[in-house]
Amino acid sequence: MIKGNIHSTESFGSVDGPGVRFLIFLQGCALRCRYCHNADTWSLSGGTQMSADELLDKAERYRPYWGADGGITVSGGEPLLQIEFLIELFKEAKRRGINTCIDTAGQPFTRKKPFFSRFCELLELTDLFIVDIKHIDSKDHRRLTGRGNENILDMLRFLSERKKPVWIRHVLVTGITDDDALLKRTRAFIKTLKNAERIEVLPYHSMGAYKWRELGIPYTLEDIAPPDSGRVRNAEMILRGEKE
Amino acid sequence: MKMWIKIPEDVKEVAWRGFEGRKWKEDINVREFIQKNYTMYDGDESFLAEPTEATEKLWGKLRELQKEERAKGGVLDCETEIVSSLTSYGPGYIDESMKELEQIVGLQTDKPLKRAFMPYGGIKMAEQAASTYGYQINPELHKIFNDYHKTHNQAVFDAYTPEMKRARHSHVITGLPDTYGRGRIVGDYRRVALYGLDYLTKMKEKDLFYCGGRNMSEEHIRLREEIAEQIRALKGMKKMAEIYGYDISQPAKNAKEAVQWLYFGYLAAIKTQNGAAMSVGRISTFLDIYIQRDLEEGTLTEEQAQELIDHLVLKFRMVKFARIPSYNELFSGDPVWVTLEVAGIGMDGRHMVTKTDYRFLHTLENMGPAPEPNLTVLYSWRLPDTFKRYAAKISVKTSSIQYENDGVMRPVWGDDYSICCCVSATQTGKEIQFFGARANLAKCLIFAMNGGVEITTMEQIGPEIAPITSEYLDYDEVMHKFNAMMSWLVELYVNTLNLIHYMHDKYYYEAAEMALIDTYTRRTFATGIAGFSHVVDSLSAIKYAKVRTIRNEQGLIVDYKVEGDFPRYGNDDERADEIAVWLLKAFMKKVREHHTYRNSEPTTSILTITSNVVYGKATGATPDGRKAGAPFAPGANPAYGAEKNGLLASLNSVAKLPYEFALDGISNTQTISPDALGHTDEERVNNLKTILDGYFKQGAHHLNVNIFGVDKLRDCMEHPEKPEYANFTIRVSGYAVKFIDLTREQQLDVIARSEHKFL
Repeated sequence: MIKGNIHSTESFGSVDGPGVRFLIFLQGCALRCRYCHNADTWSLSGGTQMSADELLDKAERYRPYWGADGGITVSGGEPLLQIEFLIELFKEAKRRGINTCIDTAGQPFTRKKPFFSRFCELLELTDLFIVDIKHIDSKDHRRLTGRGNENILDMLRFLSERKKPVWIRHVLVTGITDDDALLKRTRAFIKTLKNAERIEVLPYHSMGAYKWRELGIPYTLEDIAPPDSGRVRNAEMILRGEKE
Repeated sequence: MKMWIKIPEDVKEVAWRGFEGRKWKEDINVREFIQKNYTMYDGDESFLAEPTEATEKLWGKLRELQKEERAKGGVLDCETEIVSSLTSYGPGYIDESMKELEQIVGLQTDKPLKRAFMPYGGIKMAEQAASTYGYQINPELHKIFNDYHKTHNQAVFDAYTPEMKRARHSHVITGLPDTYGRGRIVGDYRRVALYGLDYLTKMKEKDLFYCGGRNMSEEHIRLREEIAEQIRALKGMKKMAEIYGYDISQPAKNAKEAVQWLYFGYLAAIKTQNGAAMSVGRISTFLDIYIQRDLEEGTLTEEQAQELIDHLVLKFRMVKFARIPSYNELFSGDPVWVTLEVAGIGMDGRHMVTKTDYRFLHTLENMGPAPEPNLTVLYSWRLPDTFKRYAAKISVKTSSIQYENDGVMRPVWGDDYSICCCVSATQTGKEIQFFGARANLAKCLIFAMNGGVEITTMEQIGPEIAPITSEYLDYDEVMHKFNAMMSWLVELYVNTLNLIHYMHDKYYYEAAEMALIDTYTRRTFATGIAGFSHVVDSLSAIKYAKVRTIRNEQGLIVDYKVEGDFPRYGNDDERADEIAVWLLKAFMKKVREHHTYRNSEPTTSILTITSNVVYGKATGATPDGRKAGAPFAPGANPAYGAEKNGLLASLNSVAKLPYEFALDGISNTQTISPDALGHTDEERVNNLKTILDGYFKQGAHHLNVNIFGVDKLRDCMEHPEKPEYANFTIRVSGYAVKFIDLTREQQLDVIARSEHKFL
């Protein structure tokens, strides 16, 4: 039995997937997004070791609140870094009839074995993927997160081929991602996907900055102001194809 | 004496045309009338009507008056010459020049928002309430109520024992209704509409005729006098209506009369009593029967129906009492608890949602949010989905309604109960409640450790149980002493309440309300607990961590140092929650051991309204880390900062408390930010609905739901100490955070962003 390395759980989530959901934050992430608000989940070590059963027993304490749509959402950190545990967790969740959702940035994705076969297995156990597109341009993606985006976009294409429901998220950062030309490029990509059920724009905020300070890592976006509601709406319209 | 009292046939033919059923026609039985005649409504809110021009004018005028009232420091006008009675004033209107617009008439005094002079609860308080706002009661009245006539407050203090006075002074028993009207007695105001006053009076005369004839015991003598008072009140009510040009001696013949008759019944109550809670009760399904009949007969339109309800609610928004500062500290925000219920499920399994239940909730849209009437949804997962959605929608929009679990109350109180205060159930017209404030169990715990001595004054308040002398607290030792101290406290508390209610019955009897309640009534005796979560967490700290005592020069424990972590109530952690369940049961079992006044049935509650602040102020530090004087968590809420696993974990902890042991209610207040509840209003409504379903399916009793926008955010930033903000959760992109945990800078940032969102 594999144990997961859990950063924390939250009994009430209502915007990370449909309905009311139990949120599980896994430890560990290889991206270093400059605006990350969960910098304390980067390290692969630390966290609490828990089995799938332990986690689901805890989650099911809240089952009465889930209604017809709710369930569990695994976020992080980057949940796909613990894909073997995820498979075990979701297998058991499905046995218990629980709706499953993954909130991922896709960084570990590759079409190479052994990851790919595991991912295919996980796909069958997952009801919804929430995927962040951090930046459409791979070079800028690298500047923003430390890694390129080729495999991430590839994951989205693969999910589209498999017709897996996806919610796409895009963090809007003034001067980095809030540019109409970039947003239109992102839209052109999203347009090729057949499975995007929802496209959300998250305005950048600096509320996670204190965690960087606590961890002693310099925060590089200190001077950037959050985008105003007009820009957020503009980005939404472009990404949703409501505005050319 | 006539054996059969009947309403004349020709009157019945008109007033009761089309109504089904038999028993309610032969005796007072409003419940049967409702069950036989109400029309379930399964549709949505699309039928509802906008406010009429008259409503907007009147509400506009009232808002002006409310503004003036605030500008004058909280009281617009105050009576200084006239003792309030059913007939002491001529007619009063919101605006004399617009009185034709008022579909429903009747004010407490001759002017809107003017506070009446009500001395019977205590002349001292009545005078103090007036003088606080710069009014001087006529010296003649002072003389009458000091020299010639005793009032409730003085009577209580005549009889108090020294021990009671000490306990009261130290606030280990607190919020007692000895300086204000006990309230919580709900007349069945529907009876006025259904039967008319002549019939109700004759029925009481019959009760008086037969009362004590074979056995003139003290109880019967008292009851005879009370019935006589009730009859006098009924006659006064009839005269009071005549002042407004209405004859309410016969049953109401249409919807407008039904609403007006019912309101006159309620007006009689608020003209004669200034109880802490003056609920109007479960009137919605009842009124719907009349409205539905008129709609079907084509004599009323939906606009007119909504106008009747809007105007009735306008009146409920105007109920005012003159209060003393210490009362306002206990119950801040000038509340009167005009509690009014909608929905619920009948004993036969049919839901009781009618169009008028929608109409009452709709008043919050037509006239904006308001604290009064205290609109309460009797919730069940079996209510129609359309109605649940509408209620949730109103919550999301206004944060103005509360929810109570019909699923736990119906088995105990049936399907015609009212909420008589903030959350406590009472059978309408069949039962009264002796309201009993709270025993401060946090203080009791401190007494247990310090041998009954008050830290601040060194006074011996409780029994001289040997104090704890060890440096570290031992769980078994503390529990042993706490149990003993609690036994003392409960006994004293029940005795004190017995005394208070004896005097209240004698000097401030609720004749108008009791006239609309069965003569042979069920009585409950509602005790209460304050400091609940702090005692639970303290005991948990002592059990699971190491608690070192910090003593003053006299050797009394004044503070604590907790070493290590311990489970806290509010995290769905069995270790802490089982202490919570134990505490409630232990307290209630002790209450049951004692004789309660007039053979009433003892109950208890875990609810403190806003008084948690005052109670906390009077209580020293507790082993859970709460500092001396810091507010208690309100009601059954977990302590501030204790909840580490989110909203649902907190709800699960509260849901574990068995309602059967707290029949007077378990209140829980939660605040959710709109962003944390969903992306869109549609999602928020759905999510709130499933949360309510989940909470109540687990047997929880009550939930106050706050869903706040940006002005609340600002208020929260300035007043983070307010209990309702303890769990104020906000979404910040991918995760959630408590607003009060953010720095000021971050809070400003959230406010700036939210402003855009809500514009």
